[in-house]
Amino acid sequence: MRTDLKATRDAFGEALLQLGRKNKKVVVLSGDLEDATRAEYFKKEFPDRFFNLGIAEQDILGTAVGLSLDGLIPFACSFAVFLTNRAYGILRISICYNRRNVKIIGSHSGLTVGADGATAQCLEDLAITRVLPNLVVLCPADAIQTKKATEAMAQICGPVYMRLGRVPYPIITKESETFEIGKANIMREGKDATIIGCGLMVSESLKAADMLCRENIEVRVINMHTIKPLDKDIIINSAKATKAIVTAEEHQINGGLGSAVSEVLVQEYPVVQEFIAVKDSFGESGDPQGLLKKYHLKDLDIVAAVKRAIKRKSE
Amino acid sequence: MVNKKFNIDELKKLARQFRKEILEMISEAGSGHPGGSLSSVEILIALYYYKMNHKPDNPSWPIRDRFIMSKGHASPVLYTTLANSGYFPKEELRNFRKLGSRLQGHVHIGVPGVELSTGSLGQGLSVANGIALGAKIRKLKFNIYCLMGDGEIQEGQVWEAAMTGSHHKLDNICAIIDYNGVQENGPVSEIKNEEPIVDKWKSFGWEVIEIDGHNFEELIPAFDEFDTIKNKPMLILAHTVKGKGVSYMEGKSAWHGKAPNPQQLKQALDEISKGGL
Repeated sequence: MRTDLKATRDAFGEALLQLGRKNKKVVVLSGDLEDATRAEYFKKEFPDRFFNLGIAEQDILGTAVGLSLDGLIPFACSFAVFLTNRAYGILRISICYNRRNVKIIGSHSGLTVGADGATAQCLEDLAITRVLPNLVVLCPADAIQTKKATEAMAQICGPVYMRLGRVPYPIITKESETFEIGKANIMREGKDATIIGCGLMVSESLKAADMLCRENIEVRVINMHTIKPLDKDIIINSAKATKAIVTAEEHQINGGLGSAVSEVLVQEYPVVQEFIAVKDSFGESGDPQGLLKKYHLKDLDIVAAVKRAIKRKSE
Repeated sequence: MVNKKFNIDELKKLARQFRKEILEMISEAGSGHPGGSLSSVEILIALYYYKMNHKPDNPSWPIRDRFIMSKGHASPVLYTTLANSGYFPKEELRNFRKLGSRLQGHVHIGVPGVELSTGSLGQGLSVANGIALGAKIRKLKFNIYCLMGDGEIQEGQVWEAAMTGSHHKLDNICAIIDYNGVQENGPVSEIKNEEPIVDKWKSFGWEVIEIDGHNFEELIPAFDEFDTIKNKPMLILAHTVKGKGVSYMEGKSAWHGKAPNPQQLKQALDEISKGGL
């Protein structure tokens, strides 16, 4: 079966435009990257509600706060690395401490940014955003889910960060599937281990599950699209059911999804856990697939991690 | 709405009273920032008792003028002004900085009349810009006043915001710099020279006027002039004295963030009572 591909940023751009048509309170701010983040779809139809504030991410987040104080719903769009790293102090105080209704959209996350290399490849955004009180952190797994996440974040009042990617992701969810912030989706059932992934790594996890199935290893695959608030129930349930967890993220090993899951496990139901993540290093230039391979973020790496986890639980 | 009629002697009397209340609340708390609060007393009085359209009994009145205290450590002067204006009971000032109080050490949005929590310097002007853009989108007529410290404008975000304000012709923004010349560890001119401040802001496309920030007869015409400026934002560079009104605090960086002890407080209150101002 051929899988359709679509970049989450493309889906976001389309969803933002639809949102703009439905809700006149939606305004969009860009750091001169609306071509890349696809916020330009909105810009073309609603130039009066769009502001390219130039290369000034601190000012963008601050201005978004001001717009939200007037009852508007600002979407601040740029690369993940600039919004979460460069402007972190503004994210912390002006947005999160003030609990403002600002939506922060960080595209070009992870190694799959590709040839632009380490400076643009944001690998720490989930870690640094999930520690901020009041902030919801989303990492959708495909284009369909990105569209639903974009709609859902506009429905809630409060700050939301959403992580997107540059490259096309396989379409792995269905239009008919429900999307609820904070409620993970089980993509596949299995009794031997559970893979908990986010973003692009959910599709890699499903491929790994297929491979494992051929060896009679049945794994549950969870699409953890919300990093915060984390769906603790499904983690505890999976730990009890399968006694082995593998987390998979296109992100640093420290502080991201894997850490968040282990925080739940050690407190609620300790079981073995293996981490698929970037092992405390910066990225580099290269083609996206080559990078995923080099940094051990591919389906085969997940297969090996699942086998390690299963071996460990039986020791 | 606050009465537009004013009497300079009444405003001066209010300034003396505010200075005492600021020092009392800091002394009671045992910590706080007297220097930069005392330097901006007249600026806040001119705004809340003369210039701004606001309703203390309805802090979320949609077309109120907004005040953003970007120098969030000057919470004592803002809380004192808001309490005296009727936003919350004055007795609450005694709870400043105490556990469980809404009067947080740095300006906090949970206090009636406060628009934005601040304290990490340099963030207010961007937010003021956003409010101004929002007002223009929604075709609402009100103004936004944003007070910054002189040390604060060493933050790069201020200059990002300065560019945004002029680029978008935000003539509903009036920024004020409390130019007391002293920051936490010494004179601004020695730590990081900012001069020529007027030329810098003019070159960023702002209308700039320079005044004595303790003189109501200069503050009030400056705020009135703001109403006449079209198609660009305005900056008032208000020359002030850090720790104004207390001899041992005036111009001293040591009093940026320190509470007076009971004897020091008594001396300060005596000086303010006797002071002509």
